[in-house]
Amino acid sequence: MSDIALTPQELEASTIRERPENYLNEKLSLASWLLTTDHKRIALLYFASITVFFFIGGAAAALMRFNLLTPDGAIVSPETYNRLFTMHGVVMVWFFLVPAVPVTLGNFMIPLMIGARDLAFPKINLMSWYLFMIGGVISTWALFMGGLDTGWTFYTPLSSAYARGYVVPVAVGIFISGFSSIATGLNFMVTIHRLRAPGMTWYRMPVFLWSLYATSVIYVLATPVLAMTLLLLAFETIFRIGVFDPTLGGDPVLFQHLFWFYSHPAVYIMILPGMGVVSEIIPVFSRRQIFGYKFVVWCSVSIAVISFFVWGHHMFVAGTSLYSAIIFSLLSFLVSIPSAIKVFNWIGTLHKGFIRFDAPMIYALGFVGLFTMGGLTGLFLASLASDVALHDTYFVVAHFHYIMVGGMVSAFFGGLHYWWPKITGRMYPEMWGRVAAAMIFFGFNLTFFPQFILGFLGMPRRYSVYPPEFQVLNVLSSAGATILAVAYLMPLFYLGWSLFWGQRAPANPWGATGLEWQTQSPPRTENFTSTPVVTEAPYNYPPPEAIQREKVESGEHV
Amino acid sequence: MSEAHVHFQYDSAAHQEATALDGMWLFLATEVLFFGALFLTWLVSRHFHPQGFAEAARHTELLIGSINTAVLVTSSFVFSCGLGFIERGDARSMIRACFVTALLGLAFITLKGVEWTKDFSDHLVPGPGFAIAGADSGGAQIFFCFYFVATVLHAVHMLVGLGLIAWLVQRARRGAFSAASHAPVEVVGLYWSFVDVVWLVLYPLIYLVGRPG
Repeated sequence: MSDIALTPQELEASTIRERPENYLNEKLSLASWLLTTDHKRIALLYFASITVFFFIGGAAAALMRFNLLTPDGAIVSPETYNRLFTMHGVVMVWFFLVPAVPVTLGNFMIPLMIGARDLAFPKINLMSWYLFMIGGVISTWALFMGGLDTGWTFYTPLSSAYARGYVVPVAVGIFISGFSSIATGLNFMVTIHRLRAPGMTWYRMPVFLWSLYATSVIYVLATPVLAMTLLLLAFETIFRIGVFDPTLGGDPVLFQHLFWFYSHPAVYIMILPGMGVVSEIIPVFSRRQIFGYKFVVWCSVSIAVISFFVWGHHMFVAGTSLYSAIIFSLLSFLVSIPSAIKVFNWIGTLHKGFIRFDAPMIYALGFVGLFTMGGLTGLFLASLASDVALHDTYFVVAHFHYIMVGGMVSAFFGGLHYWWPKITGRMYPEMWGRVAAAMIFFGFNLTFFPQFILGFLGMPRRYSVYPPEFQVLNVLSSAGATILAVAYLMPLFYLGWSLFWGQRAPANPWGATGLEWQTQSPPRTENFTSTPVVTEAPYNYPPPEAIQREKVESGEHV
Repeated sequence: MSEAHVHFQYDSAAHQEATALDGMWLFLATEVLFFGALFLTWLVSRHFHPQGFAEAARHTELLIGSINTAVLVTSSFVFSCGLGFIERGDARSMIRACFVTALLGLAFITLKGVEWTKDFSDHLVPGPGFAIAGADSGGAQIFFCFYFVATVLHAVHMLVGLGLIAWLVQRARRGAFSAASHAPVEVVGLYWSFVDVVWLVLYPLIYLVGRPG
């Protein structure tokens, strides 16, 4: 089995010639970055921003895990602990996970993958980055000034009447950054509809684009509901009058309905792009057409649609009617069907493939495993009887971290490594990439698997103290978090190193299909010298028998 | 966007214009969900407090609200005429239609201001000293919560619309629009009509439902 990305001759050829003009070296002033309308540069602005937010949220998590080393809380007071998990949740959800893959990899790749020169509305794209930064700075400023202790969910009347801290500034920051999500989703949808190159029919689009399209539908249709909810919450907090306060005749469960009408679909905002990335990586590194293309893409769409009808499962113990709970339970089970079909199809793609374990593939396979774990444990929470026991325990924490961190963050890193040569024009050090990918998989499982057991044994989430018998599992989890932290820091160093000293990347280091690999690395500002014409389906790799024959003929051991 | 401003990702001005229209339609979809969340909470709260909401509705200014409805619908009609003018290449008439639309829009906001002033002097702002006392006070306060949030949001949308119309007039005077190329007029028209539609939902919710009771 061959595991090098490209032949030595190819590498030689690509490093000898001088680097041609591209989007990175065309203009160099600060203004040319801050006022750019080039989707590729905006993607890099987003990369820089979300990396900062990721490490802020990560630092809060590290302090939490440190505190949980001892049953009485090792370092911080319970009040501070409340503020830490709120900060972790707010920053990670709204300023890392929700934007992560779409605004960076999506922003960069959509025009390249459909053969366009830019997104449909480049100025709106730039505006969305500014909205994101304004919202992010306001929220993180408020979180550093003392933050708030409501958790990222802002449940009323805790948030509106009893919470101490900066509820309104944080909500305002999220409100503003929400319009950045809306602008991004709108831009992506219109771009995919209108700017596809000649011959790029819907069924010839890479799966990644379908996932981003499905994600954009959620951005556009769910985010405004959150905006209105936060507006009413801010109104209620400032003026002490409102619709969610039971002492005034309002209904706190109404807040939960509205909040989860956004926030449950937002879970699919966080996972669908990851599924898309993995669907790109697996065919390339197993040299196979993706198995069941139409099933994969329509499953993305149906996940997006069903996601709007499952929010009630967050309120099984909030006093909603039994009949609505039964229906929401059923609908929640339904969403597992398209998700499971996708897992089946990824495995099907691997079957009889020529699998290469480059770093992106290790991340992608890690995603499949962790997502499957996260998905299967979701079934326990979708079913009414077991949810009553498991609600608000560490089982829930472990479940959604398997999806969002194990799944989405792995996919983000996988996509980052996969497209790194295209984005930067440099190869990352392969060995370090593989080590980091393996460490993330190991560290992640060590962190969160014990939490399933803790939750099953009844340890509630959001507590800074716990009975002594839970200490062993908590220490294991914190040990895993340490490994995870190191593994997350590693790419910062070796990817940073590769920016300056990495090997120059050729146009298509992985031998992948897809339009983005047909242009130079890094691409020129207008992406393509001439508009490409698409004549075949995506992932059109030669059949396995042909590769087999070729390898036998060239005398390579298979 | 005139011919000179075709961005490099588009094949033609027509391609760019069709895309701009798509963008506005999609934006309006997000607005439907934005206001939809408000209407939903409004209706749910009304369901919990039917008497309070009915009592509050009787304290609203039906006359001003009705005049404003007529003013706003007329403004959208005039703007549609403006779109008709530019489709025939008559930029001067289109500019006039924009002026009339903007004047009607300003009239709406002025009347709204008069109404808010009256609401303030009648102590209809929720909180201590609220005008409606007794068992229905809580429901009536929630009603006026919605009333102020909704009318202020609607007025903000109107102000944005007025800004867009001013921008159209300025561009039209420089000859940016023609019978063949006038997508921004249509885009702004969609937005203006949408703000109108929002009001057509707000009008019965504020002034009519429960009033006869």
